Amino acid sequence: MSGAWLLDGVLLLAVPAIALASLLSRRVLPALAAFVAYGLLLALVWMRLGAPDVALTEAAVGGGVTGVLLIGAAARLLMPAAAAPPGWPLRLLTALLCLGVTAGLAVAVLALPEPAPTLAPQAAEQLAATQLGNPVAGVLLAFRAIDTLLEAVVLVIAVIGIWGMAPDGAWGGRPGPVQPRLADGSVALLAMLLPPVGIVFGIYLAWVGADAPGGAFQGGSILAAMWILAWLAGLVRPPRIDSLALRLLVVAGPALFMLVGLAGFVVADGFMAYPAAWTKPVILLVEAALTLSIAVALCLLVAGWPMRRARA
Amino acid sequence: MMLGTTPGGGLLAFALALPVLAMLLAFVAGGRQAGRIALVALLAGLVLSLAIATSVLRGGDALVLILGGWAPPLGVALRADGISAVMLLTTSVVMVGTALFAFTSYSGRGGESRASLVFWTLLLGLWGAMNAVLLGNDLFNLYVALELLTFAAMPLVCLDGRAETLAAALRYLFFALLGSLLYLLGVALLYGAYGTLDIVLLSRLARADAPTLVAAALMTAGLLAKTALFPLHLWLPGAHAGAPAAASAVLSALVVKAPFFLVLRLWFGVMPELTTGPAPQILAGLGALAILFGSALALRQARLKLLVAYSTVAQIGYLFLMFPLAGAAGATLAGAWTGGMLQAVSHALAKAAMFLGAGLIAEALGHDRMRDLGGAARLLPMTVVAFGLGGLSLMGLPPSGGFVAKWLLLNAAIETQQWWWGLVLLSGGLLTGGYVFRVLSASMAGPAAAAVAVVSPGRQAVVLVLAILSVVLGLLPLASFGLVQVGRLAP
Amino acid sequence: MSIASAYGLLGAVLVGLGLYGVVLQAEPLRRILAFNLLGGGIFLLFGVMARRGAGAGFSGDPVPQAIVITGIVVAFAATALAVHLLLRLQAARDEPVPPEEPRA
Repeated sequence: MSGAWLLDGVLLLAVPAIALASLLSRRVLPALAAFVAYGLLLALVWMRLGAPDVALTEAAVGGGVTGVLLIGAAARLLMPAAAAPPGWPLRLLTALLCLGVTAGLAVAVLALPEPAPTLAPQAAEQLAATQLGNPVAGVLLAFRAIDTLLEAVVLVIAVIGIWGMAPDGAWGGRPGPVQPRLADGSVALLAMLLPPVGIVFGIYLAWVGADAPGGAFQGGSILAAMWILAWLAGLVRPPRIDSLALRLLVVAGPALFMLVGLAGFVVADGFMAYPAAWTKPVILLVEAALTLSIAVALCLLVAGWPMRRARA
Repeated sequence: MMLGTTPGGGLLAFALALPVLAMLLAFVAGGRQAGRIALVALLAGLVLSLAIATSVLRGGDALVLILGGWAPPLGVALRADGISAVMLLTTSVVMVGTALFAFTSYSGRGGESRASLVFWTLLLGLWGAMNAVLLGNDLFNLYVALELLTFAAMPLVCLDGRAETLAAALRYLFFALLGSLLYLLGVALLYGAYGTLDIVLLSRLARADAPTLVAAALMTAGLLAKTALFPLHLWLPGAHAGAPAAASAVLSALVVKAPFFLVLRLWFGVMPELTTGPAPQILAGLGALAILFGSALALRQARLKLLVAYSTVAQIGYLFLMFPLAGAAGATLAGAWTGGMLQAVSHALAKAAMFLGAGLIAEALGHDRMRDLGGAARLLPMTVVAFGLGGLSLMGLPPSGGFVAKWLLLNAAIETQQWWWGLVLLSGGLLTGGYVFRVLSASMAGPAAAAVAVVSPGRQAVVLVLAILSVVLGLLPLASFGLVQVGRLAP
Repeated sequence: MSIASAYGLLGAVLVGLGLYGVVLQAEPLRRILAFNLLGGGIFLLFGVMARRGAGAGFSGDPVPQAIVITGIVVAFAATALAVHLLLRLQAARDEPVPPEEPRA
């Protein structure tokens, strides 16, 4: 047990230290490096909190894909002229406000009722009806499926919003800056070796999520990471944004999910209900479509808006 | 008693399915078809919201839909009470009007253009998000809906791609994200304290202990930032004025009301103990400051669209006067509840008309400078009349909807011996009159201005209809507003 | 104090740090970083609620865990929107985005 306490102690000290380092660092790149480390440390915290699904998502999306996005942006953003730092009255006031919020939260956390109210027993009871083994998957795809559906729609809207930032003349082109083909170096090597393995792993992670830690988000983000790696190395080009196939891939997940939900009126108990005999196959089908759409959306969210008109 | 699906609850599913499927279809079909798909879907949505409102009114109780057969607390439900039904209907009306107004501007003729695809798909997404906020009965579901709303609205602000509007959109995004995160923080505490996020269940379980109060404070602060209540209003004028006219109409009329709606749900639904005591006075105090500062700044604006945007800042203040006035049960105090909702609805219609009208004026004259507005009235008489009618409702002159709203609130202020809010209402009306007359007199000066572009009478008619609706609301008998009382969670 | 409460206090500290950064960081990219720090703290609090709710054979209450997974993806979408908006703003101005002067 002491080993676990040691780990907890280290994490409880390291996480705020890294967060502080990221905030106070004078230059952007160290701040970003600290942020990526923060994400990975948080993944460890999630393991300590008994949430392996979340740990996977935090590592893949929160640390990995977000890190790529931010580092790519930092490389393209020119350094603005250093502004005068805010005066000490404002800093003091803000610090007091934040201290107040932290104190309020601490009081609230310590005043939470014991025993803690929980939905675990109900989830355990109802899980059998979903024919799933992973309770988190049960919540995401059955009990609170509407949240997952709306969240898939959020991704579509984010893609549209980012594409909408394109200059008018570039509409129809391929998203993102041109990535020159990297001839050698570690990125090029990784980009050639990793994707085949990563794709298999991503599909596996999405598939196994029904009964073990994993799922559409985790698997989808691994798939996205593989494509992004290949893109950064200049090995693949994104399709044009007016490509019908691309648009179909983006909408496949949420569209299928919504149609299955509506079908529930006819073949099951109601909206978003699954037919009793076919619950697991239908859930797996929806999850497959979601994995695909999530992967494509994550790639597009990292790539960005089209910068030049595509050649006819 | 557990929540169960009520008859007619199935309609609520379509309030989400219709916008989502229409948006996905429009995205795939492309810019030229997107406008047509949007218009058809919005018209169907208008019929649907009428059906929901009728069902709620006839049934005398809220419509409930348990999603997937998994009842709360484990599952999620949708719930349409009186105020949801009223706001759903208002949303549909304003959306249809906006879609008709914008149909020719974003037609996507000559192949898909960026603006046409983005406008129509995000408009549909925004509509879906509004419906999700109005019908949601689960606090985390509402968080996702709020984010959906922000992500759909923000790109519309910078649709023209200019640096100025891009900066306004960034400021909007930052405020909105901060607001959502504070809201989510409160949700975490509430889950830890009660083990459920369902609003109806929480209303029965809520106690006034530390986690609950901290959560209420955080969530309210976050929602106030999103609804641009003074002093967190700084992002609104730039964003609403910078957006194209059709988007501004939807932003001011609808989007900014959604967080207010959630504050209502939080205070009057989940934690009614908050509505006694000093807290509502603080909210209304901020509302009074919003009315004062918003109107004063509107009087000083050099551009018409900015004037209308500052007017939104001011009018949002009126909504928060509802909190101390409707804070207890009672027949006369039900008047304050009705008054507040009526203010929300009539402002939505009037503001939509004013922004669309300002857009038409700007198109026809080629600019929206207040100084050079002379002759606009002779050039676009229907539009300036519509602007005036909308202003009538905002000022609270009879017989408009705005008049009835403010009269109900004034009544409640007198009944509860909170006469100071009555003073605020009256002086707010005067200040509003100030900037409305400023616009009207500026536009009526001089001979007809030279038109830079032709504005179709059809679009002017749409603007006029919206303005007339906001006035006609006041002619309905008071009993017809009974709808807003249906399904109120009693303390 | 249980381990869950300890991590709860960590979450509270992270929220405070993130909030400080969001309000005061003038450079937009650094502000986006602060938003992500703040988000991490909030999700951690949900995780604490999940850990406290462990039972029925699960290592944690699955509902808040699922909420965090959804939240992480939504937060990423927000970050992506903000980052690309920033890049677009720079392109429109053709010069570095000046940090916003904080209101005194």
